Amino acid sequence: MTSTPLPSMLLAQLPSALRKLDPRHLWRSPVMFVVWVGSVATTLVALTDPSVFAWFITVWLWLTVVFGNLAEAVAEGRGKAQADSLRAARSDVTARRLAADGTESVVPGTALVVGDRVVVEAGEVVPGDGDVVEGVASVDESAITGESAPVIREAGGDRSAVTGGTRVLSDRIVVQVTAAPGETFLDRMIALVEGAERRRTPNEVALSILLVSLTIVFLVAVVTLSPMADYAGAPQEPLVLVALLVCLIPTTIGALLSAIGIAGMDRLVRVNVLAMSGRAVEAAGDVSTLLLDKTGTITYGNRRASELLTAPGVPDDELRDLARLTSLADQTPEGRSIVDLAIQLGADDTDLPSGATFVEFTAQTRMSGLDLADGRSLRKGAGAAVETWTGASLPAAVQVQVEEVSGAGGTPLVVAESGADGTRVLGVVHLKDVVKEGMAERFDQLRAMGIRTVMVTGDNPRTAAAIGREAGVDEVLAEATPEDKLALIRREQEGGRLVAMTGDGTNDAPALAAADVGVAMNSGTSAAKEAGNMVDLDSDPTKLIDVVAIGKQLLITRGALTTFSIANDVAKYFAILPAMFLAAYPALDSLNVMRLATPESAIASAVVFNALVIVALIPIALRGVKYRPLSAEALLRRNVLVYGLGGLVVPFVGIKLIDVLVSMIPGIG
Amino acid sequence: MNDTLSGLLTIAAVAAVLALAWKPLGDHMARVVTGTTHARPERALYRLVGVDPEAQQSARAYAISVLAFSGVGIVVLVAVLMGQQHLPFSRDLPGMPWDMAVNTAVSFVTNTNWQSYAGEATLGFTAQMAGLAVQNFLSAAVGICVAVALVRGFLASRSGMIGNFWVDLVRVTGRILLPVAVVGVVLLLTQGVVQSFADQTIQTVTGGSQVVPGGPVASQEAIKQLGTNGGGFFNANSAHPFENPTPFSNVVQIVLMLLVPVALTRTFGTMIGSRRQGLTILGAMAALFTASLAVATWAETTAQGAAARAAGAAMEGKETSFGTWGSILFSTATTSTSTGAVNASHDSLTPTGGGAALVNMMLGEVSPGGVGSGLYGMLVMAVVTVFVAGLMVGRTPELLGKKIGRPEITRVALYTLSVPAIVLLGVGVAIALPSSADAMGNSGVHGFSEVVYAFTSAGNNNGSAFGGITVTSTFFQLSLAAAMLLGRFVTIALVLSLAGALARQRPVPTTAGTLPTHTVLFGSLLVGVVLLVTGLTYLPSLALGPIAEALTNGVMS
Repeated sequence: MTSTPLPSMLLAQLPSALRKLDPRHLWRSPVMFVVWVGSVATTLVALTDPSVFAWFITVWLWLTVVFGNLAEAVAEGRGKAQADSLRAARSDVTARRLAADGTESVVPGTALVVGDRVVVEAGEVVPGDGDVVEGVASVDESAITGESAPVIREAGGDRSAVTGGTRVLSDRIVVQVTAAPGETFLDRMIALVEGAERRRTPNEVALSILLVSLTIVFLVAVVTLSPMADYAGAPQEPLVLVALLVCLIPTTIGALLSAIGIAGMDRLVRVNVLAMSGRAVEAAGDVSTLLLDKTGTITYGNRRASELLTAPGVPDDELRDLARLTSLADQTPEGRSIVDLAIQLGADDTDLPSGATFVEFTAQTRMSGLDLADGRSLRKGAGAAVETWTGASLPAAVQVQVEEVSGAGGTPLVVAESGADGTRVLGVVHLKDVVKEGMAERFDQLRAMGIRTVMVTGDNPRTAAAIGREAGVDEVLAEATPEDKLALIRREQEGGRLVAMTGDGTNDAPALAAADVGVAMNSGTSAAKEAGNMVDLDSDPTKLIDVVAIGKQLLITRGALTTFSIANDVAKYFAILPAMFLAAYPALDSLNVMRLATPESAIASAVVFNALVIVALIPIALRGVKYRPLSAEALLRRNVLVYGLGGLVVPFVGIKLIDVLVSMIPGIG
Repeated sequence: MNDTLSGLLTIAAVAAVLALAWKPLGDHMARVVTGTTHARPERALYRLVGVDPEAQQSARAYAISVLAFSGVGIVVLVAVLMGQQHLPFSRDLPGMPWDMAVNTAVSFVTNTNWQSYAGEATLGFTAQMAGLAVQNFLSAAVGICVAVALVRGFLASRSGMIGNFWVDLVRVTGRILLPVAVVGVVLLLTQGVVQSFADQTIQTVTGGSQVVPGGPVASQEAIKQLGTNGGGFFNANSAHPFENPTPFSNVVQIVLMLLVPVALTRTFGTMIGSRRQGLTILGAMAALFTASLAVATWAETTAQGAAARAAGAAMEGKETSFGTWGSILFSTATTSTSTGAVNASHDSLTPTGGGAALVNMMLGEVSPGGVGSGLYGMLVMAVVTVFVAGLMVGRTPELLGKKIGRPEITRVALYTLSVPAIVLLGVGVAIALPSSADAMGNSGVHGFSEVVYAFTSAGNNNGSAFGGITVTSTFFQLSLAAAMLLGRFVTIALVLSLAGALARQRPVPTTAGTLPTHTVLFGSLLVGVVLLVTGLTYLPSLALGPIAEALTNGVMS
């Protein structure tokens, strides 16, 4: 869709823009409604007293309204295309409903009610939103997420939610329906991307109020100008007064306001995040505290071996090689990371020695290892477990190493050997949570934007603090229970801060609901998705940072175009005022700094510019103003320069250029 | 010493005195309005009128108190003016006609002090002292109270309470205006400002003697300027030698006008705990003032027009002892502060100089504006500025820790809309009426400027006039009274309502993502917004008035 060039996009939406000329629709945007009334008035003037000038102005006033509608229609059109592809997934399905006695009956998907249980088997489409209550299945959710890799859905736990419209690829599950037909996730998604449920956000309403008041001021200024002009001996045609009014009222931002809002939601959809309301997107821009789960967001999901600490008297190579041996058959990520580290440190990449048997980790021994053919045994595990195995306390030096590793937030794995000549502790493998690359920089950026990050983890405070320090977060919530999370959110909000978080489990639901921006993972439970005000279809918690950026970009776009729109008025005054009163006060010609050809062409050029600037700005409204994570002062300086000063200067150039063309029209020039 | 040097030294002296007074006076005012103890006479007064000085008022209660107090003030003043023949020291003058009395009462209660009468020929001493001078104090105090209430709105956390009007009124009058006015009176008396209960008999140059109206002038003169009132004891106002006898008294008067509005920016900064924030507001005010002063001084001293060129400067309507510089500094100060006192005829200023005076008022009296009204006017403009600029940093707008949402912007939008609407509708109607042509002192462009000036002055509660216009017709008396009344109290009601909306909010903490509002960048934006809002609203009327006149006279071409 992004590849569609603008002109053809505009052309495609022209019919729907014309349909929006209905005053009942325009009434929602008072600024554009005033233009509509003005257009009707000038049409009447042009009909009763036709002239090239009158018709020219009339046509361009109508075009102003059409261009405004076009902006909205194009923004909506992009959502509609997405909605259509979603609708395809909602093709009429039948459901195999389970009765209480276990018998199946085939009913249409639309006949399901909340609480029904349905059976879905490989190859069938899930008939509605629900939770898996029985079985495990792999599910293709590409219809919703666009992600082709299947996901596992199973009864119980945090991966039980299935979405209507997705396809079961293997196995058989029983799903308990949690949403009535028409209110499913898919239905809501369609409504959202189509903009059908769009309500104006609080800031949009506030901005509209300012725009309406400006419109009223200009209305008063233009209406009272009429008697003033009469007094000056330069009575003004209603046509000219309407043209002046339309040029002065903030038509640019008035026309683009709803397109900006729709496009903001759309940008979220493009990163696969669905916002349940525009209000949530706006709140994202205001967020000042981010709650981030440690695992999967700040660190990779698994701990990795980062260093080997050799016990006194043991050669480094020996610990390296033996640690590798103990892990060779260990398929856990931790085990594999030990092998990787050993090879990095120069170990030979050889296979298991023949006759060796792998000893798996059990909850009883809390160790894993290897029994070699020569009678030696190798074990690695927690310090206490190894002590039990060897029957002796760890050597003091190793004990110190163990404590150092724990102190740094890591997990110490002690490697020991027992053979004919007794047992021996070889050293310690330092397993640590590895902070994802670039996280520290991102947190720095967030800090520059005034956003505090809080890392939430179930780890003990010491471990948590160490990882927090490494990642560069501002605060750490250790040993966090869902209640702690909720309390933290409440505390932040009490201090006037807006909080954003991600969550997927049912026990996250209260915190998700309390947060100002709660992004639920699509892989999570329906309770979590219900509680949040956004859903991330990719289930990528790091995306919270992008969500904040999109929220900010939306607000910046709104502010920048408002500034641009108002600043434009200066040039329009310089075009129109001298034109109006040149006859009465010839000296006013020195205000005609653009040296526009004739009074008629000056007024016409201002009107044309006013209409064309809407079209010219549609791409910015849709794409959003370029956003960089900078401090507020730097952002302001940049945007004031571009959109404030630009807004002052651009129309002088634009109106002059248009005047060169327009003045060639007989009857105007 | 040449005119330019003495003019620049005068400006430097005024700036120096203001700079010296800024901190002590500003902090004193902050202490007065935030203090928790009551003086003994204050307690007695509260008991007498039945006010609980510890009670806090909501915005609604505060506004009702302000409106009721001012309403009673108007009624009492109308009665005094219409019935002055029954009062002592009435100099045998009859009561005012009703329309003039209404206009005058509204004018003084709204801190406008537009005068459609000649003071010495119309009013007795009691009406001047017990009627007008009292309102000079009280209307000024009301303005300061409202500004302070707005600042409290930013400070309050979810309480919705913005202080107690009666306590504020008593303290501002008793602890700020009275003491400073006394100092002003003493300074003016040393310069020969009259203070008596009789007319003066003077020796004329030719040796004859002449009775000149006198009266208790000095006591009224100080608060006239200090409270940015501007209503003169005499018709000639501060051009009258009994009101403003010397160049030094001229400087004293200018300082008095600017003193409180300027120092209130410090009060604001001290109250909110950010002195730089106060300085930023002051900087924006000073920039507007300086620009206007420079343009007007340039226009008057470079003497446009044939007669003025012959005289070396545009001296028509100016007092020679003040000179061009002293007159323009005064006219800029008086129109920038909503005072409206004059020491020269604004009608006779060059089109550019008169236009500058007009624009000062059109800015909404924010450079630095009237006592209190200047601060709250500028803060309202700051809200408009953060609303647009705040979005450009990617957050919903906030000012001083308070979100500018729908309730706040609604009130601010109505505020910025109300005065221009009042002024423009007034001008539109007046200019459309055939009878207005007779009232104008001039025909053509300048006559139009007179009408624009009259409604701008009334709507913005300034009170100065392009004196050529005759405004004694019932239409002008009442329409201008309406403009003054609405221009004052609609805005005050909106400001207090805004204060309430802010006070109901929980403060938002400041972060690196918050738009800083205490910087040069923000100050410049604020100036830009004030100019843009004013320019866009009034450019057509300015183009048909002073701009057309100036360009036709050959300036700038």
